[in-house]
Amino acid sequence: MSGGDIKTLAAALASGETTSVALTEQALAAIGVHGGALNAFITVDGERALAEARAADERIARGEAGPLTGIPMAHKDLFCTEGVKTTAASRMLDDFVPPYDATVVARLRAAGAVMVGKTNLDEFAMGSSNETSYYGPVKNPWDASCVPGGSSGGSAAAVAARLVPYATGTDTGGSIRQPAALSGITGLKPTYGRVSRYGIVAFASSLDQAGMLCASAEDAAHVLGAIAGFDEHDSTAVDEPVPDYAALLGEDIRGRRVGIPREFLSEGVMPGVRSAFSAAADELGALGCTVEETSLPSLALSVPTYYVVAPAEASSNLARYDGVRFGHRAENPADLADLYERSRGEGFGAEVKRRILIGTFVLSHGYYDAYYLRAQQVRQLIADDFRKAFETYDFLIGPTTPTAAFAIGEKTADPVQMYLNDIFTIGVNMAGLPACSVPMGFDGMLPVGLQIIGRAFDEAGILRLAHHYQQATDWHTRVPEGFAS
Amino acid sequence: MSGDWETVIGLEIHAQLKTRSKIFSGASTTFGAEPNTNACLVDLGYPGMLPVLNREAVHLAVRFGLAIGAEVADRSVFARKNYFYPDLPKGYQISQYELPIVKQGTLTIVLDDGSEKVIGVTRAHLEEDAGKSLHENFDDSTGVDLNRAGVPLLEIVSEPDMRSAQEAVAYMKAIHSLVRYIDICDGNMQEGSLRCDANVSVRRRGAKEFGTRAELKNLNSFRFVEKAIEFEVERQIDVIESGGTVVQETRLYDPDRHETRSMRAKEEANDYRYFPDPDLLPVVVGTDLIEAVRKELPELPTARRERFMEEHGLSAYDAGVLTAEREMADYYEAVVQSLGGEPKLAANWVMGELAAALNRDSLAIGDSKIDAGSLAGLLRRIGDDTISGKIAKDVFEAMWAGEGDADTVIEKRGLKQITDTGAIAAIVDEVIEKNPAQLADYRGGKDKLFGYFVGQVMKATQGKANPAEVNRLLKQKLVGD
Repeated sequence: MSGGDIKTLAAALASGETTSVALTEQALAAIGVHGGALNAFITVDGERALAEARAADERIARGEAGPLTGIPMAHKDLFCTEGVKTTAASRMLDDFVPPYDATVVARLRAAGAVMVGKTNLDEFAMGSSNETSYYGPVKNPWDASCVPGGSSGGSAAAVAARLVPYATGTDTGGSIRQPAALSGITGLKPTYGRVSRYGIVAFASSLDQAGMLCASAEDAAHVLGAIAGFDEHDSTAVDEPVPDYAALLGEDIRGRRVGIPREFLSEGVMPGVRSAFSAAADELGALGCTVEETSLPSLALSVPTYYVVAPAEASSNLARYDGVRFGHRAENPADLADLYERSRGEGFGAEVKRRILIGTFVLSHGYYDAYYLRAQQVRQLIADDFRKAFETYDFLIGPTTPTAAFAIGEKTADPVQMYLNDIFTIGVNMAGLPACSVPMGFDGMLPVGLQIIGRAFDEAGILRLAHHYQQATDWHTRVPEGFAS
Repeated sequence: MSGDWETVIGLEIHAQLKTRSKIFSGASTTFGAEPNTNACLVDLGYPGMLPVLNREAVHLAVRFGLAIGAEVADRSVFARKNYFYPDLPKGYQISQYELPIVKQGTLTIVLDDGSEKVIGVTRAHLEEDAGKSLHENFDDSTGVDLNRAGVPLLEIVSEPDMRSAQEAVAYMKAIHSLVRYIDICDGNMQEGSLRCDANVSVRRRGAKEFGTRAELKNLNSFRFVEKAIEFEVERQIDVIESGGTVVQETRLYDPDRHETRSMRAKEEANDYRYFPDPDLLPVVVGTDLIEAVRKELPELPTARRERFMEEHGLSAYDAGVLTAEREMADYYEAVVQSLGGEPKLAANWVMGELAAALNRDSLAIGDSKIDAGSLAGLLRRIGDDTISGKIAKDVFEAMWAGEGDADTVIEKRGLKQITDTGAIAAIVDEVIEKNPAQLADYRGGKDKLFGYFVGQVMKATQGKANPAEVNRLLKQKLVGD
């Protein structure tokens, strides 16, 4: 797709140089060529997309277009879409067609976005490699033998291959930032409460947050402007004004204080990642920021804490999939217990079952205090660390992940190794903070990401810093070979 | 045998709060709709659906807290109670667990002998109701109706302060009266708006420790509460006296067989895995809200009862009956106000003729065919001697049947009391003249025949003669001076 960023596309649409129908046809064609090999999509609905594109063209002709009107995009298949199958990449919801739109979907629809399809993900967003999907793993466009990261792996691969300019994602422990890093694109996880969770299939309610994967910080600003804001359907959505993120990108960043927590450069960080990060930090210094080392002493506790809190909430959130009202139902159940056991046994994959078991265990009588309650206390410690750091620094940075993309199948046998891939992203979710990942170079042939963490509700600041970085570098413009840019 | 034993009872009462929509969704709470027509996607637990707390439910809970002099928590927290059941769509019930909205209140109950007892209310918390399984008309399957799912409940938990089935009933009646008084629950027990579980145990009189308790379910009438507890107490005493031990369990009361029986085997005991619901923020109740709710609080039954005793000179019993229902008390007060006094006359008529007529026609006082002003109009005609109390009962029935107000009925039926002494004297003379034998007997000492003469005079006047005047004239003339 020519000049696949939102600003260029919107300008081309406004000038009549192209039409939404043409862009949508191009996107559908690109998905037709590459979608199958990448396995990035679970559902593609061309007919519906073209209908939306025609409506968008009419809207553009009437002069009522916004920055996203008529531009093709995709939703992670965790967002409920009215009339379009929403699977959460689980056999459990293989035939589930919601009669409602998630708030994010509704807001993008209202903005004139054209949804071409639903992207692949780890089952119920539980995974870091997109390998737990009922619909099979997604391939990394930079190297088809590698994972794209997860859980928003389909969205990441689709954007990395420029099949669509942007796609939605959700981030519970890194599920936007980690695949953005491993796929060489930009991903933003907003502050918890910034974007409504209504209509998103829940994984861990106190951590889940919707965001986007796209080509640049500037594109992220346009998408965030459309989806952020209070929603009466979500009690945890915060009633906080939504700034014009795109308009604020150009403001000065000189003199901003940037901290590098030394925990982000621990032993497990690969040399290639380390050197790319070092160059990125220098670049921020060259842009006029003061960059210095700091510490988040409790950060090491974030992975074990997360693997108590998230499964606990998931075990409860996934109890509704019981074969009674919707979703997979076992055939000819002998009795109620049989209906539950077989419907859930057949409907859920291994990783989901593992987390339900962990979650059920940590909430059980006699274990609650030792696990769940303790985890909540540690979570507070982690949040306090961030709070203290932000008394001194405007931003905290580090590599998004300790390594570049790993091979498909490399970590599936060892869940703990898999979980450790999120070691730098999980703390942000525990503290509810906003953070983005932007491309900062390569380790060999594979892209690596820079994570920028900000104060709560300072998405504007994060995007501004990322935008200035992207003005000074071209990592975000790199597209894997074989995919049109 | 029971002389050695003391019964200990605590009640958990679920009151359905009078909100138009459910506690966490916009679906209607109307009773009696077709199955699953009052259940929206939130109630059905669809993927991605989130609960949003109904503010009105919080207000009603606060009102209850203030009415029982309890502490209203400035911060309370909803938790998830996890278990699988077809009528529980999400696989968990949202309920307040460690931090309820209402803590430590009291309620005064009046026992049959007129004595009072203060019962502690440990807590009251907000929660959502579950749906209902339908076992009929589905062949070998079970149907599920989720209209009730998400209906707001206030679970009111008492201290184990009651010592007999009668005290338990008195407490439940007091709660029933109070929730309707403060208009937070319609109290309709047939429709399940007020439901009760009883925790019952027995111990040797004088023992310090409580015995092992059984939880009795399905006590949806005052009578069932009494019967079930009485049965259960006997059962537990039998178990212990025959060398057994009471098992802590849930038991279901079967009103048809008048027995309780074990509901759940112990090995199926649920571990509810409570934890704070991350979809909901803590409920924060500020002093502003508390003061606003306090202002809308009506005079409570206990205060009103005492006022009726002091200001109106009513007996404790009458004041208790009249204040049991707010509408009854309002009606009574309206009669007294309209009459400008005569509280005892008003009380007698409201508790007597009016209550009987309402009961006969199965009407609530709000649907009474005679309003308070009209009843006062009738009582005024007794007070000014236009009609006698006996005639007034006929007038009441005519009014009830829709013949118009008291004066219209009296006029139309010619029931105006004869107070004209001359007219009454003429009839008295006539009666005496027609009954020479009775007259002779009376004068011969058969005093009881006086009543006979009164009856004859009243009969001749169709009851319209002023009774006092009839008595006076008969006494005078029968003597024969």
